[in-house]
Amino acid sequence: MKALCWHGKNDIRYETVPDPRIEDARDAIVNVSSCAICGSDLHLFHHFIPAMESGDVVGHEFMGEVMEVGAETRDLKVGDRVVVPFTITCGECEQCRRGNFSLCERSNRNKALADKVFGHAGAGLFGYSHLTGGYAGGQAEYVRVPFADQTHVKVPDGLTDEQVLFLGDIFPTGWQAAVQCDIEPSDTVAIWGAGPVGQFCVRSAVLLGAEQVVVIDNVPERLAMAEAGGAIAINFDEESVLARLQELTRGKGPEKCIDAVGLESHVPRSLDSVYDRFKQAMMLESDRAHVLREMIYVCRPGGILSIPGVYGGLIDKVPMGPLMNKALTVRTGQTHVKRWTDELLGLIEEGQIDPSFVVTHSAGLEQGPDMYNTFRDKQDGCVKVVLKP
Amino acid sequence: MNLDRRRSLQPSDRLARALGWLGIGLGLYQLLAPRSVTRSLGVEGAEAIVRTCGARGLATGMGALSVNPKQALWARSVGDVMDLAALLALLADRDHPKRGSVKLALAGVGACAAASLYCAQAQTRRHAYQGGRTPDYRGRSGFPRGLEHARGAAATRSGLPSRPMALPSPAHSPGPRFQTTPSRQRDTSGYTKGSDYDY
Repeated sequence: MKALCWHGKNDIRYETVPDPRIEDARDAIVNVSSCAICGSDLHLFHHFIPAMESGDVVGHEFMGEVMEVGAETRDLKVGDRVVVPFTITCGECEQCRRGNFSLCERSNRNKALADKVFGHAGAGLFGYSHLTGGYAGGQAEYVRVPFADQTHVKVPDGLTDEQVLFLGDIFPTGWQAAVQCDIEPSDTVAIWGAGPVGQFCVRSAVLLGAEQVVVIDNVPERLAMAEAGGAIAINFDEESVLARLQELTRGKGPEKCIDAVGLESHVPRSLDSVYDRFKQAMMLESDRAHVLREMIYVCRPGGILSIPGVYGGLIDKVPMGPLMNKALTVRTGQTHVKRWTDELLGLIEEGQIDPSFVVTHSAGLEQGPDMYNTFRDKQDGCVKVVLKP
Repeated sequence: MNLDRRRSLQPSDRLARALGWLGIGLGLYQLLAPRSVTRSLGVEGAEAIVRTCGARGLATGMGALSVNPKQALWARSVGDVMDLAALLALLADRDHPKRGSVKLALAGVGACAAASLYCAQAQTRRHAYQGGRTPDYRGRSGFPRGLEHARGAAATRSGLPSRPMALPSPAHSPGPRFQTTPSRQRDTSGYTKGSDYDY
């Protein structure tokens, strides 16, 4: 089959790889109809995520039709149309039974390695390094889905791929980020990053009834898309984020702050960004923390910081003093996708939201390597790429 | 495995990497052994300048290995042009004792300068950040029923199994849970200060 494979920094290739096969009774093979390039795939592309190996099939946002099942996939049948959550869940361990699906204790087959790095491992993920199980990803024609009886969301035929594909990652990720904020009707929710996850954070905060939703970025067309979804835009190239947030909140700061950027945050002409880039180049830190620092600084005392943005390792100069003295709550984590999908599918079916708004580029899988560059450099107004194997 | 040649890494990316490693190698050499450089070029006493050039080469070399190398490549090109000017000044001295070495260095730096300039231009085109057509996304609300209808729509929606359970906390978790052990849940007779009950 054909797939997109990682071969190093900035090096994604469209290659022929062996077809996946059933390895366990709970496996299924999915014939991928649509897959997407996620913002967090760019962290792999830039080689900020450790434990990648040359030839790894990437991609964790995909859907398709079940073409083969193992003996124990319960109600999952050949021919079912499914979206596959990026977090692989057994459904039986203590964390899964508590709904903490991204912390599944059994699906990461490289648990020993992840335990050494993180203390305790999280769930296995598709196409996201050997720290998360080393599973082949979904930017491919076919994918083996482990624990398939649990790791799927059945979707109705009446909805297009573009309407439901993002149930596998960015929609529930944006939703969880907003839910973690415990949004109240008087809240101002400030969201750093108007990329795909940031866009869904905006829509989720609006749906959950925030009084004001503010989005911070410097890409005009992304800010325009966020404004269309109900956000107030702050272009940090044109105005001071701190001053504008103060003005919008009568000097009190936003109650809820969401980091939809993650480990590659950078702001031109910012001293701490230069500092982070230097330290990162010298391998003295792995992640850049500009957004975290800014969130901690501007957030209203007693507020909540919600962090859906991906971090991989170590950061430096985190202002713990303000964090502690302002009694801020930090909530983060990979997305417990299955916890939210029933409700989100319901919202889509009711016509409350149509996630396809975020798709700006659609291409064949063979154009995937080029699309990585287009997405990375935000060329041609690229916000979200959907690939068709 | 049959390789299909469609890949994200283009020739100019590979050239940028090669220039990056070359810059780091030469930079380290100039930093660590400046006297060897000055001797071979017949400019003894200019070790500090050679070390400065080494630091510059190291910095631009590391930059050329980064995700977006174009600025480092332009900086490297400027540095190469400065080096060429210095070498040409040495060559202008017809009595210079190491004219042969200077000519050799001139050829090497000239080739690197040409490669850097070519690569910087190619990378500038390639990494045209936010380049291309700028579309208008003002109509993309994502709310088929309109923005005003969407405001708070999910907050008032009934039958929400997931909403209050935002935290990975047993007290707010959906679904069947493991029972907490009686000794931890109820039996506090063995409580002593500093035990697990003191958070």
